[in-house]
Amino acid sequence: MRKTGAEIVVELLQHYGVDLVFGYPGGTIMPVYDALYHSGLRHILARHEQGACHAADGYARATGKTGVVIATSGPGATNLVTGLATAYMDSVPLIAITGQVPTFAIGTDSFQEADIYGITIPITKYNYLVKDVAKLAETFAEAFYIARTGRPGPVLIDIPKDVQLASTEYAPVAQADIPLLKYTPEPQYEFDAQLDELVLLLRAAKRPVLFVGGGAVISNASVGIHRLARKLSLPVTNTLIANGVFPSQDPLSLGMAGMHGTRYANEAIFASDLLIAAGARFDDRVTGKIAEFAQRAKIVHIDIDPAEVGKVVPVDLSIIGNLKDVLDGLLAKLEAVDFEPQTKWLGQIKEWKEKYPLTYTQSASIIKPQCVIQTISELTQGEAIITTGVGQHQMWASLYCDHRHPKHFITSGGLGTMGFCVPSGIGAQLGCPDKLVVTITGDGSFQMNLQELATAAYYNIPVKIVILNNGYLGMVRQWQEMFFERRYSETHLEDGNPDFVMVAKGFGLEAFRVTRPEEVRPTLAMAFALPGPVVIDCRVEKEENVWPMIPTGGTVKDTIEH
Amino acid sequence: MPHVLVAYTDDEPGVLNRVASLFRRRAFNIHSLTVGPTEKAGVSRMTIVVDTDDQGAARAQSNLEKLLNVQKVENLSIRPSVVRDLVLLRVAAESTVRPEIIQLAQSFRATVVDIATNSLVLECTGSAGKIDALLDVMKPYGILEMGRTGVVAMARGADFFGAQSACTATEALAVNFQ
Repeated sequence: MRKTGAEIVVELLQHYGVDLVFGYPGGTIMPVYDALYHSGLRHILARHEQGACHAADGYARATGKTGVVIATSGPGATNLVTGLATAYMDSVPLIAITGQVPTFAIGTDSFQEADIYGITIPITKYNYLVKDVAKLAETFAEAFYIARTGRPGPVLIDIPKDVQLASTEYAPVAQADIPLLKYTPEPQYEFDAQLDELVLLLRAAKRPVLFVGGGAVISNASVGIHRLARKLSLPVTNTLIANGVFPSQDPLSLGMAGMHGTRYANEAIFASDLLIAAGARFDDRVTGKIAEFAQRAKIVHIDIDPAEVGKVVPVDLSIIGNLKDVLDGLLAKLEAVDFEPQTKWLGQIKEWKEKYPLTYTQSASIIKPQCVIQTISELTQGEAIITTGVGQHQMWASLYCDHRHPKHFITSGGLGTMGFCVPSGIGAQLGCPDKLVVTITGDGSFQMNLQELATAAYYNIPVKIVILNNGYLGMVRQWQEMFFERRYSETHLEDGNPDFVMVAKGFGLEAFRVTRPEEVRPTLAMAFALPGPVVIDCRVEKEENVWPMIPTGGTVKDTIEH
Repeated sequence: MPHVLVAYTDDEPGVLNRVASLFRRRAFNIHSLTVGPTEKAGVSRMTIVVDTDDQGAARAQSNLEKLLNVQKVENLSIRPSVVRDLVLLRVAAESTVRPEIIQLAQSFRATVVDIATNSLVLECTGSAGKIDALLDVMKPYGILEMGRTGVVAMARGADFFGAQSACTATEALAVNFQ
C-alpha cells in the first residue's frame, strides 16, 4: 500500500509497540503531526522540547521500554540536545524524531535549519538523516534495535519535510531482517573460562565487595545480584543510578559509594581485596583519586561494553557480556561450591556502619531536608518511584531514601542535568500510572523546566513534586563554603525566587507551603493522597550541607563527616 | 608513541565525521588519517596514526569497534607491516643545480613529475623515514611546496620473507616522532 513518509513514521512507531510519544510540533515536522491526528497514538504535548525529551527518558527508565520524542527542525531539534546527552550518559533507550528542512534546502542556511545530525553524533548511540522515503522502514527497524539492545542509548532520526510528504510502497521490516549485520549488540562472548577464574578469586577473597552500577538496572540483574550476595555473604555497594538494585535496608547493603557515598561503602572499597564491578563504569564521582581506588583489591569488571574495560581503572579480570547472563553463569558454577561467610570482614563492615552512620543534626524549629526525604520514604514505604533534579537534594534523596526496587530511583547520574526532575517525573508517571511518583527537587532545579507543570496539569498527571527550597544553588554554595572561603558568588536564589505555591496554582496544580517541621508529615501525607499533581514547597535549612563528602581527587581518608 | 590502526568502514557519508568526532571526544591526537576504497565495494579503509600508549591504542580500537559503521579494526602497531607515505615536493631548481637534484632524487627512487623554468616537482613513495631523509637532502636547494598523503599501512603476510628485518608499524614510524 502506498503511504506518505509521515504516515509511515506513525505506523512504524505503532508497529514497534510504542503507545506513547512526547513532543512539540513545528514547521518541518507538521506532516508527522498531521499523520498523528487520526492515528490513535497517544501524544503528550510538552511545553519545551527539553521537557519532552526528559519525559521520554523518565518514561523509558521507569518502564524499561524505549521512549520516543518528536521535535521540529532547528531550535526544536537543538532543544533536545541536553535531553539526548542525559540519556546517552546513563544509557537510556530513546528514539528522537526530528523534522528537517526539505532536502533541496539542506546546506543553504534555510529557516530553522540546524545540522542536528552533525550536532548529535557525539551524544547519540547512532543517528540518521533519512533522504529517501523508501529507507524509512529499514531505518526505524535499525533504530529501535540499536536503541534497546546491547548497551542501550538514544538514536536520532532526522527526516526532511519533503521525505515526510513523499509516498512509497510500505511494508514494515521485521527486526530479524535488519541488514545491519555489522552491529552485534550482544556478541557471543565466551566467558566460561573467566567465570572459572572469578570463582577462584572469590574463593581466595577475604574482603570481597560487589559494586553494582546502572548496567544491573538495564539488564534486570537484580535477582542475580541478590542471589550472589546471599550465597557469598557479599557486601554490596552501588552507584547513584543503581539505587534499588539491592535493597538499601539489607544488612549486606553498603548503599551508594563515592564522593557523597556512605563512609562505610568507601571504607569497604578501600580495604577490599576483591572488587567486582557489575555494570559500573568507574565514574570519577565514585573513584576519587584513581591511584588509591581499591588499591589493595583485585578488580573484576563485568560489562556489556568492551570499551569500558580499562578506561579508568586497570582491571585484573574482565568479563564481557550481559550482566544477567554472566551472573546466571556464575551462580550455576557456584552451586556446587560451599562458601563460608567472611565473618571477620562482615564484622568489620558492621563496625564501620556503627561508627560512621548517616546522620544529621535534627531541629525542632527548622525543617531539615534529610528529614523531608525520610518522611517521603516512610510515607511511601519505598514503593514510590522517585525522580530528582541535580544537586544537594539529589544526594540526600540517594542517601536517605529506602531503596527497595530497581527502576524506582530516576536521576541524571552521568550528565548531572538540573531540570531533569519535573519532566522525568511526568514521564515516569505516564509509564507507571498505578504507581505513586514523587519528584524531589531543589529550588534551582525546579525552575529549569518548570514550564512542564502545564503538561502535568493539562493531562492531570498526578506526580507529587516536593521542592527542598533552601534559596540557594545548594551544592555549588556548599563548595563555595568549603573551597572558596564562603564567597557565595551568584548562588543565592532566594531573593529572585518566585512564590512557588502561587506559580504552581497559576499552572492549575494544587500547591502547599511547609515551613515548620511538624507540618512536613501531615502535609506530605495529605498531598500524596490527592488525585492530581501537587507541588509542595518545603522551606528547609538554608545552609545545610551534604555529608559525608570526599573532596575531588581524595580518598576515604579525606572524608569530611560533617 | 605512534600507533597504527586500520579501520574497515562502510563507504557512507558521515563515517569520517564519526571517526574524527570519536578521536576528538576521547582526546586522542591523530597524527595522520587516510581514507580510500578497498578491494570490496562499499567498504572504505582508514589508516589512522594516533600518538598514544599501548592502553590508549587498545581503547581507541575498542571505541572504534563500537561505531556502527566500523566493520573491523586492526592494530598494526605490534605486527610486521608495510608502511608507506607519498610526498609531492616542489624544489627550487635553477638550471645549474637541476642535474644534481635529479641525480639525488634518483637515489631515493623519486621521480620528476613536473619541470618548470626555476623549479621541479618530485614524487616519492616510501617509509616515513625515507621521505624525511629526502626532505633533508632537498632542503638546501629550497623546498617551495610540499604535500604528503599520510600513512597507508598493511600487515605483512604470515609467511612473508625476511622476517628478521621486518619492523612493526610503530617501529617504522618511530623515526617521525623523534
